[in-house]
Amino acid sequence: MPSTVNGAPVVVGAAAPATTRSAPPRRRRMSSTRWAALAFLAPLLAYLAIFYAYPLYRNVELSLHDYTPRAFVQGNAEFLGLANYADVIASSTFGPALRNTALFTLVSIVAQYAIGLALAVFFHHHFRLSGLLRAMFLVPWLLPLIVSASTWSWMLNSENGIVNSVLEAFGIGQINWLTSPDSALWSVIVANIWLGIPFNLVILYAGLQNISGDLYEAAALDGANAWQRFWRVTFPLLRPVSAITLLLGLIYTLKVVDVIWIMTTGGPGHASLTLAVWSYREAFGTGQPDFSPAAAVGNLLIVIALAAGFVYLYLQRREERS
Amino acid sequence: MKPRRTWWKTAVGLVLTAIMLFPVYWMINVSLTRTGDMRADPPHWFPWAPTFEGYADVFSDQLPALGTSILVGLGCVALTLLISAPAGFALAQLRPRGAGALGFLLLVAQMIPSVVMAMGFYAIYVRLGWLNTVWGLIIADSTIAVPFGVLLFTAFMAGIPRELTQAAKVDGAGTWRTFRSVVLPVSRNSVLTVSLFAFLWAWSDFIFASTLDRNGDQIPITLGIYAYIGNNTTQWNSIMATAVVASVPAAVLLVVAQRYVAGGVTAGAVKD
Repeated sequence: MPSTVNGAPVVVGAAAPATTRSAPPRRRRMSSTRWAALAFLAPLLAYLAIFYAYPLYRNVELSLHDYTPRAFVQGNAEFLGLANYADVIASSTFGPALRNTALFTLVSIVAQYAIGLALAVFFHHHFRLSGLLRAMFLVPWLLPLIVSASTWSWMLNSENGIVNSVLEAFGIGQINWLTSPDSALWSVIVANIWLGIPFNLVILYAGLQNISGDLYEAAALDGANAWQRFWRVTFPLLRPVSAITLLLGLIYTLKVVDVIWIMTTGGPGHASLTLAVWSYREAFGTGQPDFSPAAAVGNLLIVIALAAGFVYLYLQRREERS
Repeated sequence: MKPRRTWWKTAVGLVLTAIMLFPVYWMINVSLTRTGDMRADPPHWFPWAPTFEGYADVFSDQLPALGTSILVGLGCVALTLLISAPAGFALAQLRPRGAGALGFLLLVAQMIPSVVMAMGFYAIYVRLGWLNTVWGLIIADSTIAVPFGVLLFTAFMAGIPRELTQAAKVDGAGTWRTFRSVVLPVSRNSVLTVSLFAFLWAWSDFIFASTLDRNGDQIPITLGIYAYIGNNTTQWNSIMATAVVASVPAAVLLVVAQRYVAGGVTAGAVKD
């Protein structure tokens, strides 16, 4: 696989593993270099231990104890073992949250991918202004999430939103996008799809650029029309890039809190509550923080994300071997 | 290609871009709408009678928050560069043992949901008394950018020809000197790319700010907007005006840094 494809995810924030494949050792003994390497790596290692490993350890600890706000300060929380996990899974919120997470994630990434791919193919035909317009498409991705989410909230406002106003012109009555249990989840999904299109466009466009133009010419000479060229040439050759895009999308979308929290706070009721938002709500969203179940939910989420991550790495390794 | 036949593609492209950017247009439109017209039915599609009330509110209420966000962003850039540039150099050029494992760890680190990190940081900061502090927020925000920075620097620096660093060595430069005087200047574009993204992510962060800094005297602009939404649901022109102002770094990044973003893409291409 041409490596520019690897380059795109590097830029957009989730890098392909930039492992330096160890070259054949030029000298057997390189102890001074090794010490230098260690010295240059020391800040990172210390950073990872203090600001990654330790918070994660604290999080596991939270999930195994009964931390009340008071116990937080005094540090004498009762040890519960896995009871928090059992409570969370048995909770009546767990089912809806899991279902919402699955819907939110799958619908989001499939739609983002499909739209992103269509746009990438479209922009791949160079035309006047194509570079500029493609750059403009990045805007939603670069905006702070609170900005996009609050704009969407106002657009979807029941009484004064532009969306309902347009629908009204077509004779469709008022829809309570964010406040009705039937539509809240779909509203946040739409906003999230909008947010994810640029990311998919960037990666898939980079992938398209690596497909040799000769192949298209050959296919055209063989009498393939544009539709056939897409399904017989573009799509199969884009498969590795597609797999990476979808898996990165999956990992990102599982983590989403801001968009949903700002638009609906997971409500009404549990209507748009995902696992990540549930965790946030328990810990920080109410007047009474309940950190232990929140941490348990968060850790379950890590397990799901890691599982997705391992699939990603497995596919990538397989791709590199072939 | 056939330039004559591409005009309709440009037209389609313009329409698609207009649809995609409609929410951005709407944000700007609402920010210029008078409070009295906010609940007009149908809403005003164009700001025929623009008002700058909203922007006046931004400058009277949100200047400190903007300052805090700039401070947090710059702090985050400094911390990220300080940690990731040397580490990228070591991983790319010094080939230490366990480089593969470390790269894998960084990849896994990027998969951890921020809400989980936020709880961990909260638990730690409560004890240390670091809640509601700017440096606490800087550290938490930097966790988004550091793994990205290390991976980007590694990818770019692995592409620096070994002859260049070897030549420096022959001239008597130590490892530190090689890094500072040869590798860093060559990696200018990666430094800029990492800085821009570190700044933007810190600037945009909501989760860490809303958990670790929500009762602080110095809140960042994202919380400023959030507080606006919570307090006065009638003044959407002020909320949207703040949103427009908060989007400025994104716009600047897009205009100024397109090249460096592209530079980042090719950084991946240089690696074998």
